[in-house]
Amino acid sequence: MTDTAWIDAALTSARPQAVGALLRYFRNLDTAEEAFQNACLRALKSWPQNGPPRDPAAWLIMVGRNVAIDDIRRTKKQEPLPDDDQAISDIDDAEDEIAERLDGSHYRDDILRLLFICCHKDLPATQQIALALRIVSGLSVKQIARAFLVSEAAMEQRITRAKTRVADAKVPFETPGAVERSERLVSVAAMIYLIFNEGYSASGDTAEIRSPLCEEAIRLARLLLRLFQSEPEIMGLTALLLLQHARAAARFDADGQVILLEDQDRSLWNQKLIAEGLALIDKAMRHRRSGPYQVQSAIAALHARAEKPEDTDWAQIDLLYGALEIMQPSPVVTLNRAVAVSKVRGAEAALEMIEPLAPRLSNYFHYFGVRGAFLMQLGRNEEARVAFDRAIALANTTAEAAHIRMHIDRLMRDSQPSKAKAK
Amino acid sequence: MLYAILCYHDEDMVGSWSKEHDTEVMQKLSVVQEKLAKQGRLGPVARLLPTTAATTLRKDDPPLVLDGPFAETKEQLLGFYVVDCKNLDEALDVARDLGKANPGGTYEIRPVGVFRPGSVEQ
Repeated sequence: MTDTAWIDAALTSARPQAVGALLRYFRNLDTAEEAFQNACLRALKSWPQNGPPRDPAAWLIMVGRNVAIDDIRRTKKQEPLPDDDQAISDIDDAEDEIAERLDGSHYRDDILRLLFICCHKDLPATQQIALALRIVSGLSVKQIARAFLVSEAAMEQRITRAKTRVADAKVPFETPGAVERSERLVSVAAMIYLIFNEGYSASGDTAEIRSPLCEEAIRLARLLLRLFQSEPEIMGLTALLLLQHARAAARFDADGQVILLEDQDRSLWNQKLIAEGLALIDKAMRHRRSGPYQVQSAIAALHARAEKPEDTDWAQIDLLYGALEIMQPSPVVTLNRAVAVSKVRGAEAALEMIEPLAPRLSNYFHYFGVRGAFLMQLGRNEEARVAFDRAIALANTTAEAAHIRMHIDRLMRDSQPSKAKAK
Repeated sequence: MLYAILCYHDEDMVGSWSKEHDTEVMQKLSVVQEKLAKQGRLGPVARLLPTTAATTLRKDDPPLVLDGPFAETKEQLLGFYVVDCKNLDEALDVARDLGKANPGGTYEIRPVGVFRPGSVEQ
């Protein structure tokens, strides 16, 4: 292995813990990040010669801390007295606490805090994601900008704005109590899911560029699970991401067109990711404390377990969506349930189920796509055509639009031969 | 004599490898494995799923089931080999070869007491 490869991996994997500890120490995100950057620079010089340290994170924390304190001393020295003495005695006091503050037993809460800072309620979802990718994952602004398909300057600005807002938010640095810890866990899980969806909802032509977002979300979910080994919802979340991502290679054709689940080449599904996802669901079920991520992962598992589309246990999926509707009532969940219902009880029943959703989903692409498909199954082609036209108007990506156009083409073809005969 | 070569490494770090790097390491390791296999010295080889997928059973009375790996350590058990070697020196040579293909982490070399090859197909 080349030097740079293992150093890169070591720096990336140590980052959440190291930046988290430095943040607890300095209580300022910029200082913590800068301290970590400086420690990384020293690592790049020292590690190739001296070999990797026994504990890279501890090494980076100590070095980062020392460099930052030297910097603070130097700046303070240039300022006039009496602030000088005050600052140094502050630092000395701080150094007395170092054994306690840099104690490794804090690392769970350090990493959780670092993630939690990124999901501040006032931040819009896209800023939360960008901030987490920058601060926790350590992706460069350029990499993040690329994944979001925006310019580097725009992303730089977005991250700076998010940081300012977070700095004003005053996140508490005391070790959180049990209730607060579990609240943080819920927010952080939601943010990791957002990161994943940002990558997953990519269209065919951008899927490759955006799939690092999915991989990063999985890495963060595994990290969170390692910190909180016995949380069934975190197992569920991780399983859900693994099972969804397992299908990545089968989701688009060579032209970047969407391939529906039932038309996908299942031999392209990543069996290793599926195995890991299923193992996590098994573990989570033992806790008998169900939750939305577990239910969603169980649905994904039923798809993953079906070797052929016709093996899919739609009745069970219908039941699981029913459970999800109770936990997290939302028209989108009902819409998804309707797809399962159409397989179990037919398109008529499914159509009936989604009619009441119309007012709330009147701008939702998938609503009209699904509605059109049900109508088409019932042979109500004219109405299907209207629904598909609406879907195309609402499509978020060219791949979505192209997929609906394919349905319309099929409708046209179906109506064509009868005309031909009439002639 | 059969030796187990138990592979320990920082799981976070291995998880941070790029896909290309992971494939490269696996390829290099397979060269070493091929060589041993040709000599008829290679037993079962396993790469384990992440420790987040692990469950631990403490054999108390009644047995206690815990989430996660047996112990929280800096380096985790990520896989193992069983190799037929004349003596410890030879087993260490194999471990060194594997280590060249995949630097970082630790191998624990343990003579195998009871071995049943089993009959599981992959």
